[in-house]
Amino acid sequence: MTGVLLEALQLLLVLVLAPLLTGIVRKVKARLTAKRGPALIQPYRDLLRLLRKDVVLAPNASWLFRTSPYLIFTAVWLAAAIVPTFTTGLAVSRTADLIALVALLGTARFALALAGMDVGTSFGGIGSSREMMIASLAEPAMLMVTFTVALLVRSTSLPHIAEFMVTHAVGIRVSLFLGLVSLVIVAIAENARIPVDNPATHLELTMVHEAMILEYSGRHLALVEAASMVKLLLYLSLISAVFLPWGMDIGDLTAAAVGTGLATYAAKLGIGAVLLGVFETSIAKMRVFRLAEFLGGAFLLGILAAIFLYVSQGL
Amino acid sequence: MLAFANLSYDTAHVLDTGVLVLSFALLYQRRLFGVIKIYAMQALLLAAAAAWQAHAQEAPHLYITAGIALVFKAMVIPIALHRIIVYLNIHRTLETALGVGPTMVVGVALVALSILLVLPVTAASGALTRESLAAALSIVLLGLLMMITRRNAVSQVVGFMSLENGLILAAVGVKGMPLVVELSIAFSVMVAFIIFGIFFFHIRERFDTLDVHDMERFRGERQ
Amino acid sequence: MLSALAVGLGLYTTAAIAGLAGRRTLVAVYALAGLAAAVIAIPALSMLVFATPPEQTVLPLGLPWLGGHFRVDALSAFFQLVVNGAAVLISVYAIEYGGHDDEPGRVLPFYPIFLAAMNLVLVADDAFVFLVSWELMSLASWLLVLSTHRQAESRPAAFLYLVMASAGTGALLLAFGLLSGGAGSYAFDALRGAALDPAKAAILFGLALVGAGSKAGLFPLHVWLPPAHSAAPSHVSALMSGIMTKVALYGLVRILFDLMGTTPPWWWGVVVLILGGVTALMGVLYAVMQHDLKRLLAYHTVENIGIIVIGLGLALAFRANRLDALAGLALVAALLHVFNHAMFKSLLFLGSGAVLVATHERDMEHLGGLIHRMPRTAFAFLIGSVAISALPPFNGFVSEWLTFQAILDGSLLPQWLLKLAVPVVGAMLALSAALAAVCFVKAFGVVFLGRPRTPAAAEAHEVGLIMVAPMAGFAAICTVVGIVPIGLVSLLRPVTSLLLPGSGAALPESSLLWLAPFGAERSSYSGLTILLAIALLAGVLVIVIHRFASDRARRSAPWDCGFPDPRVETQYTAGSFAQPIRRIFGSAAFAARERVVMPEPGNASAAEFEVTLRDPAWEGIYGPVSGLVSWIAERMNVLQFQTIRRYLSLMFAALVLLLLIVAVSQ
Repeated sequence: MTGVLLEALQLLLVLVLAPLLTGIVRKVKARLTAKRGPALIQPYRDLLRLLRKDVVLAPNASWLFRTSPYLIFTAVWLAAAIVPTFTTGLAVSRTADLIALVALLGTARFALALAGMDVGTSFGGIGSSREMMIASLAEPAMLMVTFTVALLVRSTSLPHIAEFMVTHAVGIRVSLFLGLVSLVIVAIAENARIPVDNPATHLELTMVHEAMILEYSGRHLALVEAASMVKLLLYLSLISAVFLPWGMDIGDLTAAAVGTGLATYAAKLGIGAVLLGVFETSIAKMRVFRLAEFLGGAFLLGILAAIFLYVSQGL
Repeated sequence: MLAFANLSYDTAHVLDTGVLVLSFALLYQRRLFGVIKIYAMQALLLAAAAAWQAHAQEAPHLYITAGIALVFKAMVIPIALHRIIVYLNIHRTLETALGVGPTMVVGVALVALSILLVLPVTAASGALTRESLAAALSIVLLGLLMMITRRNAVSQVVGFMSLENGLILAAVGVKGMPLVVELSIAFSVMVAFIIFGIFFFHIRERFDTLDVHDMERFRGERQ
Repeated sequence: MLSALAVGLGLYTTAAIAGLAGRRTLVAVYALAGLAAAVIAIPALSMLVFATPPEQTVLPLGLPWLGGHFRVDALSAFFQLVVNGAAVLISVYAIEYGGHDDEPGRVLPFYPIFLAAMNLVLVADDAFVFLVSWELMSLASWLLVLSTHRQAESRPAAFLYLVMASAGTGALLLAFGLLSGGAGSYAFDALRGAALDPAKAAILFGLALVGAGSKAGLFPLHVWLPPAHSAAPSHVSALMSGIMTKVALYGLVRILFDLMGTTPPWWWGVVVLILGGVTALMGVLYAVMQHDLKRLLAYHTVENIGIIVIGLGLALAFRANRLDALAGLALVAALLHVFNHAMFKSLLFLGSGAVLVATHERDMEHLGGLIHRMPRTAFAFLIGSVAISALPPFNGFVSEWLTFQAILDGSLLPQWLLKLAVPVVGAMLALSAALAAVCFVKAFGVVFLGRPRTPAAAEAHEVGLIMVAPMAGFAAICTVVGIVPIGLVSLLRPVTSLLLPGSGAALPESSLLWLAPFGAERSSYSGLTILLAIALLAGVLVIVIHRFASDRARRSAPWDCGFPDPRVETQYTAGSFAQPIRRIFGSAAFAARERVVMPEPGNASAAEFEVTLRDPAWEGIYGPVSGLVSWIAERMNVLQFQTIRRYLSLMFAALVLLLLIVAVSQ
């Protein structure tokens, strides 16, 4: 029962915090480029405004176009509810391990890419095509991170990984550091952040994610935008749950432990958002075809991490 | 909370593998200044590794090696190379004989090869020594790979220097290795000569002469 | 069980004879074939559910001193379920589809024979029956490929298929011969007990891989598969891709796990693993480059065979190191993927057949917007696409998840080469799964979404219920197996106990809700919960938003960044969708080159865009081999034109040489 209650709390928390996170990132980026930037709650206002507007559909938009936003948002929201954030005692944490979680996000991306192809414009096509390319390059890197973590923890179940990292004397491990860098690179690619994609652009040559959702309006657009905000929160939570899980409640389920978990989680999110803003401001967007090397580098770091772990375990 | 299983082992391990990861970063770079910066970082890590080994093995002469690495390789050489590039206006992007992606794949294969080779051979030694040797052999092979796959003379020199970093790493990693300091000095002198050689080669290319007298004319000090 | 098989075979024979009468008996033939498949499938299912012991019989068929041995055990029963279960639905589909064939008389007699031969391969218990049924299967399918002989591409495709099939059968013949060791008995019982020295075992391993692998489509022996599968009529393609390749894998599993059973050497695992990884990656890369819908699906079959073979390689590696529980997991993953692939590949081929019937087009660049004209086909094809891209909550994901779990445990293998090969192959698997998603976004997006690119696509009609119902059936199976995989996993438990005696029950900690290979601590997945949660959350979302925010929608011109272009040519094509992948991977794998020829300014003629791809398998292996064969043949052609005196001297020389050999060897 507590598991279900905590799960409901997590669902709500994720929904409420995601726009704030995006607001923080945008504010940090604005401040670092000597601008005032929008208010921190501006994303909430944007979403509410979009929700109330009419939806305008192209004449040949199909049922798939109209139902995709709901499916995309729900899949990402569910995925965010599965990642342990402030506690490992969530009811649905065991329905998907790390691999299944990534695949669930893949389902959302599949639906989004199809929606991009639906209206039959060239922008939608370019967005879908590039998005699928980036996703296919990020997959091997993600698998190598999973492999490295599974090599150490002997599990891919997220609550168990978090628990292991907190309770065992893991020490400073090069492999985990390389795995962290690799996961950060994958997260940047999946969330369409600089240097992979520019979330603030509307020039077709630089769009990937924005191009796919070009035809969406009203509540559909609100859902898709909210989905990408929740996805950012999800990846930050994933990084903190796998590599930096200290402070999380690992099974006590007492009010004090949960409270500490919530506080540390909020702090980690805040720090992550600020670091993301700083990182995006300090580096330029890459040419699309350099992404293969960038993500290949992440894959390479993952393989090196696994090799180093093999060597230190085998001796 | 954070617990350190074995601080000494962990630190040495981190420093060794850090040098190896920087060798990969050297292969990834497309700009000459980036290559030099990363080489400087690699030399810094090497100095730290040598200093740590001096502390852990209680071999004070390794501090000298660390000092040479720090002063000469992490500061003097990078600054000198930087100056050469600016002065001679050398082309700053690297042309590669093999693309970055395939080079990295070959690099990983070389690391796997070193491990497959070193680990069974050194079965009698301690864990840390075996890892250091495997890492050092990988760094040597990656340095060679860099020399083969880059068309620019400066980057080939940097490849050679990173190869030499690997050798020094092997030397400090093995307990009780004699003549380490002498080896470091000898290698450093050789590297200095190579850099001078490049410098003079480019000067001759640019000005068709090595005569300092003539060059002063170009500098505007003589009429 | 065997009696049901006999009834089924009898029905198949009746259907074949009826088929000789031509188009009039079309419905009867396919209905009889479907009935026969059902008659065989149901006892197979019950054999797996109740884990009944194997049945065996010897009939006085075939060679007089050998007899024909037949045996149904858990492995045969599972593959029978796969083959006949899919055949039922495909036969129903064919009742309407078959009417669209130009010359049904060329298909009807051989379709039941094809099915019957496949069933015979599965129950063969001696080498003779096995090889005869294998060859019958090849010939029947060859004739079915040739039934579309009026299309120019079918004839070379059929010829290539025949050559490769014969080479494969030859390899299997040698393998069985070596295995029996000249003892005279070819029954599998005798072959099972044969003692093998390592050199002989290695040769046998290679022969089995070549023989069964060429039929299954392992790289580089896959070259016959795409032309043949795309030349055949769609229901036959579904059978060949979805079913016949599985029968080939049955042969591989039977030989490697059962007949050569005792602990295999560990390097077999490495070879099979790497072969599987390369097959999967190359298959999906080929598929991404295609714009013919059926060739794309056929290349995808190659990829999925690669995935199954990865599972088999892991099972071999674990078995060699006596990690039998893990071997059981890998085997379950591979066999589950056998079932899943048969289901969604058949679905996709049936869908492409429906598209072909409705538009007479196979080229994706001439289709588009079919989701509006053919909504039911589109929905079924969508489910097939999501399933084959290994995305939850469908069945493709379940078997790939299990394969990944087996790969993650590969770090327990002691040999260094295996330790390093497993994560590399795992990365190849992840990459091919992601590229499969790319491929099917392309296929579904270009064919069904967007705007129609030709009048044929704009005027397509939905196909009849008899063709839609089997597609819906396959889609339902994909969904059910994805949500409640434990049903199929429990069917596989007798199979793993048969092949890997020490492994215990496969996936012991799984239940109706959870799939947990070694307990929830290690990893767990619950497709049902995910589906229910998504449905619940989406429902709540729809209600809340429509009630409290807005539910109005209106139609207007597309936004298109302010420059909507009404011409359909501005849409993304299949070639443009694949361009990033072609540039990144294709330039390495296929030496892909793109060339744009622009006319000079002032010249109003069209520009040309040309893409050249070179097939590494063809140019690296088959080109040189066929060149060598031609060269040898040309040299030897000289023998046709000799004088009588030369011929006599040749015969004299041969005679003297033989006599010399006899003399020396005494």
